[in-house]
Amino acid sequence: MSTITIREALNQAIREELARDEKVFIMGEEVAAYDGAYKVTKGLLHEFGPRRVIDTPITELGFAGLGVGAAMVGLRPIVEFMTFNFSILATDQIINSAAKMLYMSGGQFKIPIVFRGPGGSAFQVSSQHSQALESWYAYFPGLKVVMPSTPADAKGLLKSAIRDDDPVVFIEQERMYGNKGEVPDDPDFTIPLGVADIKREGTDVTIVARSLMVPVALKAAEQLEQQGVSCEVIDPRTIRPLDIDTIVESVKKTNRVVVAEESHPICGVNAEISMQIMERAFDYLDAPIKRVSGADVPMPYAKNLENLAIPDVAKIVAAVREVAYLD
Amino acid sequence: MPKLSPTMEEGQIARWLKKEGDKVAMGEPLAEIDTDKATMEMQALANGVLRKIIIGEGQSAPLGEPIAIIGEAEEDISSLLSQAPAAAPAPAQQPQDQKQPEPPPAPAPAEQPAPPRAQAAAAGSTSNATNGRQTAAAPAAAGSAPSGRMIVSPLAARMAAESGLDLRSVQGSGPGGRIIKKDIEAALSQPKAAPAPQRYPRPVEPGQPVPVAAPSAYRDEPATQIRQTIAKRLVTSLGPVPHFFLTTEIEMDRAAEMRRGINALDPDLKISINDIIIKVTAAALMQHPEVNASFQEKFVRYYERADIGVAVAIEDGLITPVVRAADQKSLSQIAAEVRELAERARSKRLKPEEYTGATFSISNLGMFGIDEFTAVINPPEGAILAVGAMSPKPVVRDNEIVVRQIMRVTMSCDHRVIDGATGAKFLQTFKKILENPLYLVV
Repeated sequence: MSTITIREALNQAIREELARDEKVFIMGEEVAAYDGAYKVTKGLLHEFGPRRVIDTPITELGFAGLGVGAAMVGLRPIVEFMTFNFSILATDQIINSAAKMLYMSGGQFKIPIVFRGPGGSAFQVSSQHSQALESWYAYFPGLKVVMPSTPADAKGLLKSAIRDDDPVVFIEQERMYGNKGEVPDDPDFTIPLGVADIKREGTDVTIVARSLMVPVALKAAEQLEQQGVSCEVIDPRTIRPLDIDTIVESVKKTNRVVVAEESHPICGVNAEISMQIMERAFDYLDAPIKRVSGADVPMPYAKNLENLAIPDVAKIVAAVREVAYLD
Repeated sequence: MPKLSPTMEEGQIARWLKKEGDKVAMGEPLAEIDTDKATMEMQALANGVLRKIIIGEGQSAPLGEPIAIIGEAEEDISSLLSQAPAAAPAPAQQPQDQKQPEPPPAPAPAEQPAPPRAQAAAAGSTSNATNGRQTAAAPAAAGSAPSGRMIVSPLAARMAAESGLDLRSVQGSGPGGRIIKKDIEAALSQPKAAPAPQRYPRPVEPGQPVPVAAPSAYRDEPATQIRQTIAKRLVTSLGPVPHFFLTTEIEMDRAAEMRRGINALDPDLKISINDIIIKVTAAALMQHPEVNASFQEKFVRYYERADIGVAVAIEDGLITPVVRAADQKSLSQIAAEVRELAERARSKRLKPEEYTGATFSISNLGMFGIDEFTAVINPPEGAILAVGAMSPKPVVRDNEIVVRQIMRVTMSCDHRVIDGATGAKFLQTFKKILENPLYLVV
């Protein structure tokens, strides 16, 4: 075990997979000579050379398409978007090509590609650069969607994503690159996709949180512990396929659920998780499911408004108290 | 026998809709019952099997008497049966001359004429404009059983179903009275309570002495003259005087403000909220003389002035000194007079003419923290207003939740002289003036 940041964990995962399989390569804006806009690809150009670590022009649709083509002929590309906000330009390749190719070719073409980069809110980068787009990508059959919340998860899940034969949308969180945690040193350490993780065990209320909301939910759970409420915090880690079984098992135990996310509420992943809980565990609910989501507004630039738009510990505490019938 | 109308004292089974041995579900129609007003459907209050019909079709039972037993199919009901009054076998005396064998009739034509049912069904069908007897008021009576939708969390509903717990016996502690897991657990942990809510005293197991050590201790004190008079008066009232009740909620902020304002002018005035209520009552009575009235057997007496009786609690009872012509007096006059009368009432120095002959009375228990209550009419007056405590409450105004001083009043009306709509219009005026006391000077 070593204690490293999420940034370093991702770097390790990419380095190890580049070393392990020569079909793996990474491309994107500034990933090579500049070591990556967020330094996730630091040192990789030096180590693996310009055939494996490739700087692209500012053409998201173009290099995403290059990646899909490379995957069709047997390579395993990692496509970095400087942020997922720019992946919006590449959605035709991600959704119409990558997600559909296996199906439309009658199984002839696998697309083992990873689209990765930071998503969600950052620090005062305003409306166009603060978006959490996981519900977009999770909507489409053919894509897998992964969102890690700890260094170990980031490393283990990214390695699994690179080794996976399906296109994977791997969304990191810009605010969390510096978060530290213990990561196993074993170069074959992986975490399977589609398996949720119970970040904290509890008995009274289940909080389902992902990405940025996991540390927030854990802090809320600490506060609630002092108020006599025992929270179980579940991180699905993979949005599609969703490990609903682990969530339902928890709900059967606690009978109360808060779902937390930083993205907008309407048609969000919270909505989907809530519906699946209702379908699978209606008879175990003792209170309506409560969701805590980002504000339903474009992300404000002003610091004070930005803080209000992103769910915080107090909002999750209030939601838990509500479903626990304490207020 | 459930109470299916406000004035019902006994009911007659018009028709059983289930046979002995039939499964019944809570809320399912069980029988049709003729009350004094109409034929009402009675719903089952528990899940189970209709084990025994105690009161057969055409038979009557007073309120609270068992009319049937619902239980589990196998349950031993012999002890319950032994408690049932005169347990006449159900179908024995069919009022109709139908040669039907044992079991009660299966779905028969809806209207089965049962003999003694003078004022039953048709009440609602005839025009009520000219029919002076029993028409206007009397809102359709819901059963005394808690009506409306029960709110239960899915988990609590499942737990109750699995443990055979009757949700009607459970008090919900969640938002809006929602029954939640905690409530089910509490109900289940109670020591072997009776499974269903009992509408009559729980029968004592035969042969088992009632587990009470000795009769309660007591002391005897002679009933005072006033106590006896109160008793006599109230029986006189509740017996022959058909009461009905109208409640409304009043925003008191302006009245309270007015009181503060007046008392700030002269601290000696000491105007109370009750004084304002007296004044407003008198003003409203002047606008609704039909409420300022008395039923006198052969005639209805309408009064010209508002002589307001004000109930005053005294050492051994209560008495209602009268503020004469309150409609013509100023607030300060009323305040001074009430203060003076109450003082003499408490020292028992009121003259009979000072506590009789009111045209309308007010009873205020607000100072005891009572939110609302109903008062008993002091005959021959036509009505009495019961005033509850004024307290800050969240209310919705212009779609905003705001805090207002809220007071609830309930008017008891003598239905022989005041009808529902008449009383309601008076209360409307009363509320309007009290909420905007400037009307007093307009």
